[in-house]
Amino acid sequence: MTNRRDFLKRSLLAGGAAALPGLSGCALGTRPAGHVVVVGGGYGGATVAKYLRMWSDQGVAVTLVERHPRFISCPISNLVIGGDKTLADITLGYDGLRNTWGVTVLQDEALAIDPAGRTLRLASGGTLRYDRLVLSPGVDFQFDQVPGLESEAAQGTILHAWKAGAQTVALRKQLEDMKDGGVYALTIPKAPYRCPPGPYERACLVANYLKKTKPRSKVLVLDANDEIVSKKALFTQAFERYKGILEYRPGSELREVDAASRTARLDFDTVRADVLNVVPPHRAGDIAARAGLKLINDRWVDIDWLSFESANTPGVHVIGDAIFPAPTMPKSGHMANQHAKVAAAAILNLLAGEAPAASPVLMNTCYSFVDSKNVIHVASVHQYDAQKKVVMPVAGAGGVSAAANELEGAYALSWARNIWADMLA
Amino acid sequence: MKLLRWTPLVLALLTGSGAVGAQDRPDPNLARNLAATCANCHGTGGRPVPGSAVEPLAGIDSAVMMQKLRDFRSGAKPATIMHQIAKGYTEAQLELIAAYFAARK
Repeated sequence: MTNRRDFLKRSLLAGGAAALPGLSGCALGTRPAGHVVVVGGGYGGATVAKYLRMWSDQGVAVTLVERHPRFISCPISNLVIGGDKTLADITLGYDGLRNTWGVTVLQDEALAIDPAGRTLRLASGGTLRYDRLVLSPGVDFQFDQVPGLESEAAQGTILHAWKAGAQTVALRKQLEDMKDGGVYALTIPKAPYRCPPGPYERACLVANYLKKTKPRSKVLVLDANDEIVSKKALFTQAFERYKGILEYRPGSELREVDAASRTARLDFDTVRADVLNVVPPHRAGDIAARAGLKLINDRWVDIDWLSFESANTPGVHVIGDAIFPAPTMPKSGHMANQHAKVAAAAILNLLAGEAPAASPVLMNTCYSFVDSKNVIHVASVHQYDAQKKVVMPVAGAGGVSAAANELEGAYALSWARNIWADMLA
Repeated sequence: MKLLRWTPLVLALLTGSGAVGAQDRPDPNLARNLAATCANCHGTGGRPVPGSAVEPLAGIDSAVMMQKLRDFRSGAKPATIMHQIAKGYTEAQLELIAAYFAARK
């Protein structure tokens, strides 16, 4: 075993990575080997990196390219905005991937892909050669679709906080600085967007904070959708609890902002806020379009559901929020972690010269806090449909909480700790 | 007679044009892949982080786990979420998952 692994490592270092899958398939049995490069160290990318190493008994070399030094979780970040948690609580390092799993983690940025030559060019100037590439790039915002929000200066005032990190802390600061009697307005883009229940959870947690500390203030939820997109009945109940503070306005698509006066112009209305929080429309992370991957609606990557391989670019797999979702499948961290496992299994099969598994199963759980302690969930299970060639939600399975409750508050925090460990530890 | 009965299989093997395609062979990783869908909440390999509110799955007797899963599905065992998730898997898939975790000592 050790000898073969050493041999494979030597071959890899000698630049023979591309030849290894074939070699492994013929001369050495069906043990997968080769080099997989992963772009993006979030819920999808970190998970695929770990599972490729774990499931190949460390036989496959994995390099993870991530621009940030540490992982900061979007799930639970609304609790930071509401003042219940700190950024440190949702920040984790990549040492587990490095030290426990032997993943090479590079703090760098992916610039360009050469799918024919199977290379990835990095911002630092280096080039990585891969047998399989996994893109887990998340989303990038379409600021050009919100007039008034194109400049960096505007984006520094009108925050999205829809990627956790500096913006999360900055939005919290804006709320702390807001006077009692101020207006916090949150705009929600048309679905599909990242984390369907996320905006409604944020509205609840901001209302929860303001109710306790600045009770004359208001939360305005300006939703481009015609109704609450996720857990509608439960969020409607939660909004009732914040009556007098929280106001929900469906069918309110954002048309323009004026950053200086923190004004949002909607279809039939203009809202001036003290804190204006705009979640702009978004699409697959920019590298997907730059690499020429086939997009659906010019926004989301078209993939094969058995392997998560791009529909038009062999050797490039895409997971997480960047893909065109299967029916009812949310863009969530949980789902990205599940994509990662199907992709890891498929890539190991492909590297061993075998077909991907024929019937992948994925499941999702999204917990949302409606105050500091009480939580509601939505869950679903998705099975592959060989006729439709897509994963479909299982009828009669899944569902939502009966009502907000504290027990699921404990489960939600436990979920976070376990999924963070599942991807990083 | 015996020879005749085996002839098609032998022919298929010799010509490499067998009816048994890669897709039809039992997948040796099926149980592993199915069990991995539980790890988000129950931890990698069914081992949650210390102090976690969810139950470990690793090392649980498969008959015990199957009974629990059946009770979730029937509603006999109340749950916040598992009654909804357990219904998303077939009985055969749950058997594979239970056996996989039972073997993780």
